[in-house]
Amino acid sequence: MAYLAQYNYWVVVVLMMIGLYVVVSHGNLVKKLMGLSIFQTSVFILYISMGKVDGGTAPILEEGISVYSNPLPHVLILTAIVVGVATMALGLALVVRIKEAYGSIEEGDIQEKDKQSC
Amino acid sequence: MLNHLPILQVILPLLAAPTCLLLKEARLAWAFTTACCMATLAISVMLLLQVIDSGVIVYSLGGWQAPIGIEYRIDSLNAFVMVLVSGLSSAVILAARESVAKEVGADKQVLFYIAYLLCFAGLLGICATGDAFNVFVFLEISSLSAYTLIALGSDRRALWAAYQYLIMGTIGATFILIGIGMIYMMTGTLNMHDLAERLPEAAHTKTVFTAFTFIIIGTCLKLALFPLHLWLPNAYAYSPSIVSAFMAATATKVAVYVLIRFVFSVFGVDFSIDHMPLQQILLVLSLIGIVWVSIVAIYQTNLKKLLAYSSVAQIGYIILGFSVGTVLGLQASLIHLFNHALMKGALFLAIAGVVYRIGGCEFSQLSGIGKKMPWTMAAVVVGGLSLIGVPLTTGFVSKWYLVSALIEAGWWPAVAVVMLGSLLAVIYVWKVVEVAYFGSPEDGYEGAYEVKEAPLSILIPTWMLAASNIYFGIDTRFTSTIGHLASQTLFGAGS
Repeated sequence: MAYLAQYNYWVVVVLMMIGLYVVVSHGNLVKKLMGLSIFQTSVFILYISMGKVDGGTAPILEEGISVYSNPLPHVLILTAIVVGVATMALGLALVVRIKEAYGSIEEGDIQEKDKQSC
Repeated sequence: MLNHLPILQVILPLLAAPTCLLLKEARLAWAFTTACCMATLAISVMLLLQVIDSGVIVYSLGGWQAPIGIEYRIDSLNAFVMVLVSGLSSAVILAARESVAKEVGADKQVLFYIAYLLCFAGLLGICATGDAFNVFVFLEISSLSAYTLIALGSDRRALWAAYQYLIMGTIGATFILIGIGMIYMMTGTLNMHDLAERLPEAAHTKTVFTAFTFIIIGTCLKLALFPLHLWLPNAYAYSPSIVSAFMAATATKVAVYVLIRFVFSVFGVDFSIDHMPLQQILLVLSLIGIVWVSIVAIYQTNLKKLLAYSSVAQIGYIILGFSVGTVLGLQASLIHLFNHALMKGALFLAIAGVVYRIGGCEFSQLSGIGKKMPWTMAAVVVGGLSLIGVPLTTGFVSKWYLVSALIEAGWWPAVAVVMLGSLLAVIYVWKVVEVAYFGSPEDGYEGAYEVKEAPLSILIPTWMLAASNIYFGIDTRFTSTIGHLASQTLFGAGS
């Protein structure tokens, strides 16, 4: 049972592996980006989990409450989310340009066309 | 004013980037970017002098004292890397105007300079900061703008290269983020100085072990250590020539800095080198990298790609010095960090001149180019000799220190591999010389008869770097003193 007590970390690991697997195994460029996004999201959950204090509330000063969750990881992860959004936007923009230039968003097709043009 | 220098050199390019957007004309944007890079160079030189004079500079952002606030901590190591980054960025941007005007679409030129400034700001931020999470943020600022810069290449393969780099780079940066999260979990601090004090207590835990692994793999992806280098050759080969020069001279160097910083200043020598098999792993990878990637370089038929592979091999030398784990080894590594930036800066800028005149750098186009563009190709030869490590060039100084470090440690087989690597470098540099000087222009590019010397605006910065290759090959006081000072400080901090 002790293994299940911190189930959120299991979720993190499972998501991380799903994300990485999708990035590696899929040839479709958009699916790769989705995998990357899942991978990054798992790290967000990792950070948020570590900020949790047992019995703690949201870190807002209020009378009668003395236990708060650690707000620092939340703030850090806000930054990381912004970075994730920017990466995703840039990645998708690149995919649009690749589609225009190659006429395909499949990794195999693109490599094939590069070989032909050489 | 003077005590705000540590933050000023990051803020300056960061604010200059959006300001650039107001300048609608590419020429103005270029002039503005150049002025900004020069100002930053002046600041970083002042910082270096200040550090040599009076030791570590600590700057608390917004007046909040660490560990609550973020602090910038400038010591001899990062002051040195910052001078390197801002110096080479200035030299590269000086040459950029005509090359960018030719290779980047007219509507995208202003955006090019903005991305350049952002990337520059990110790289300096990584160096200046004393906060582990800040490293990640600046790393992403510089990476995201680097992907954009690469995608601006005129070849469609540039897009594919940028996409691949984006995937690999993001995985690398996220690995670093995971590692930073785990050490935060164990210590409750993100300040590097604090981390160094608190980590030894938790050093035996699996969490710290895992964090270390994640951070090392993440940075090795970023610095393109063999076999994690697969994104690099295409990214350098198909991006605009100026971007190749900029990336080759600065981006991987800063990633090496991150590795050194985390291994020595955060985790400490005791943990990284005595407890972990880091030395052995890096040693093996760098040796295989030097030989294998040099062989791959020999078979390239595109000059930029050849140099990109040679960059990966040269990174092998830097990591080799690092993996010796002695003061002398680290000094060799830092000296080569600086010298390799000079070599690759000169080489890629010379290529920017070639591409400006003939529109490409396939060997089939370069036949006899040495007679048409004597000065440009002479710079390539100087850079090439430096890559090989011929005496009187910077490459010789690097190899000298590296080999003495290896001999001091008694690693004779590694010395042999360094020699083998130099021989392989002779082969690929000779290939370039053969095509450029012994091929006849008739077999080459159709318009080869009209090819002239590269424009002065590209040639002068190229020769500034080529000449510094010779200067720092003869007068080694600057590099060896700073390298020695920095590596001594790092080892002193660990014990």
